[in-house]
Amino acid sequence: MIELAGLTKRYGDRTAVDDLTFTVRPGIVTGFLGPNGAGKSTTMRMILGLDHPTAGRVRIDGKRYEQLRDPLTYLGALLDAKAVHGGRSAFNHLLCLAQSNGIPRARVGEVLDTVGLTAVARKKAKGFSLGMGQRLGIAGALLGDPRILMFDEPVNGLDPEGIHWIRTLMKSLAAQGRTVFVSSHLMSEMALTADHLVVIGQGRLLADTSMAEFIRTNSRSYVRVRSPQRERLLDVLHGAGITVVETGTGALEVEGGKAEPIGELAAQNGVVLHELSIQQASLEEAFMQLTAESVEYHAHADSPPVPQAWGAGWDKGA
Amino acid sequence: MAVVTQVVRSEWTKIRSVASTVWTLSLAVVVTVALGMLLSALANSQFSTMPARERLSFDPTNISFAGMTLGQLAMIVFGVLVVSNEYSTGMIRVSLAAVPQRATFLFSKIAVAAALVLVVGMVTSFAAFFLGQAMLGSHRAHLGDPGVLRAVVGGGLYMTLIAMFSMGVAAMLRSPMLSLGILMPFFFLVSNILGNVDATRKIGRFLPDQAGSHIMQVVPRAGDDVPYGPWGGLGIMGLWVIAALAGGYVLLKRRDAQ
Repeated sequence: MIELAGLTKRYGDRTAVDDLTFTVRPGIVTGFLGPNGAGKSTTMRMILGLDHPTAGRVRIDGKRYEQLRDPLTYLGALLDAKAVHGGRSAFNHLLCLAQSNGIPRARVGEVLDTVGLTAVARKKAKGFSLGMGQRLGIAGALLGDPRILMFDEPVNGLDPEGIHWIRTLMKSLAAQGRTVFVSSHLMSEMALTADHLVVIGQGRLLADTSMAEFIRTNSRSYVRVRSPQRERLLDVLHGAGITVVETGTGALEVEGGKAEPIGELAAQNGVVLHELSIQQASLEEAFMQLTAESVEYHAHADSPPVPQAWGAGWDKGA
Repeated sequence: MAVVTQVVRSEWTKIRSVASTVWTLSLAVVVTVALGMLLSALANSQFSTMPARERLSFDPTNISFAGMTLGQLAMIVFGVLVVSNEYSTGMIRVSLAAVPQRATFLFSKIAVAAALVLVVGMVTSFAAFFLGQAMLGSHRAHLGDPGVLRAVVGGGLYMTLIAMFSMGVAAMLRSPMLSLGILMPFFFLVSNILGNVDATRKIGRFLPDQAGSHIMQVVPRAGDDVPYGPWGGLGIMGLWVIAALAGGYVLLKRRDAQ
């Protein structure tokens, strides 16, 4: 379990992570979602004690990271697949990590096997492709057989086969009862792997909810209606008290997602319909809407309060 | 202590598994010994034409260490790379996630690297002495002569301290290019200039290399008036090393790992 309380990181007057409080629970995959630059990596570095928080705290199973004895056996992390000395072989890279945490040498061979790098174990890491580097980083995270795993953008730059492998791995780790915390800037990726979602934007917490709940509350559905008798249809719908949004393309959109009453109304009034379809806004759109609002809110928070009415107080002087 | 043992083993694996260790240290040995032999042979052949004053202060032990001015540069490169490789590769974040106790991490790394440099430095120093003396023929010194063993052992210690000083500087600056860009010209040029120009000589001789290299002198130079002895000079160099390492540790402790 990872617990964050009021975690804040400021660089000068820029706030990268702003008062984050949430808990990452065992047995499920928790997705950590936010646009690029939202503060995901900074948060992960603070969890590992690499960056010092300006305020707030992180606890790993109730302890500070520095208090963990042989931390790789508690928490394994993949932060940056390129963070390897290129002149060192995959085997030696993992061996020096294993030795620092008292992990037996035999384990190095095991994890290399798990990630499928046994054949290149003695090759220098600088010759590795991005995908192989990512696998080596994951091998390092699995090395101590930890109860908690943390991956920062693990599918970045991977081929479809590699992406599929990582998704399956994360799900199986969670199914074993481990805590899995994985960041991404892609909602579609999270929708496939995560059971729980933590969304941040501009360093602030925007959502901390189960994936199912997130989909339910954020996926906007509406009915698209197209008719050659557009004006007549508008009158009918208005008359029935239904709110209609006119789109530039000539189609009408009705919020709510029930097609039947619209079809029946049209039939009763003899209006010809060319289209009557239920549309589902994608989760990606929902996510973008959520984070866009955070950007907007941020801008307003810094500007002076807007006057009640335009021009009010113009004569009060500067 | 268990943690320290683990980290020391880990740091040894890191050092022995990169090629730069082998080539920097071999270069230090080869350059120091070969240049020392060359200059010893040169001194031997020109001894008869030397002015009497120079003959009186001729220091056969010291001349066999003449290659160290260049050989130490390879030691500096080794010291810088051992520490700054962590930063230039991004490995530092992996390393500190594995060993969050930053003092244990840094000082284990420096202890392992310094122990290796001490062995290589001693081998270099003894090799440079014996091979250099072989080139000096009848003008040679012997290990049993007063002060000679101290100078030869001191040569190995000097190389160790210069590498450790570089590790401390690299821990402060993090960038290998910046560290080398400051240390190489400093020890190759600036320090020599400061130590040989009258106006700055008094300050120059307290610089780490100027003070430390006194340990390798057996016959004092004519008109030499340094206010410290051979071990005093090495002690001054030791203080520089402690300062550099302390600075490196304080910055590592306070900074975010990147």
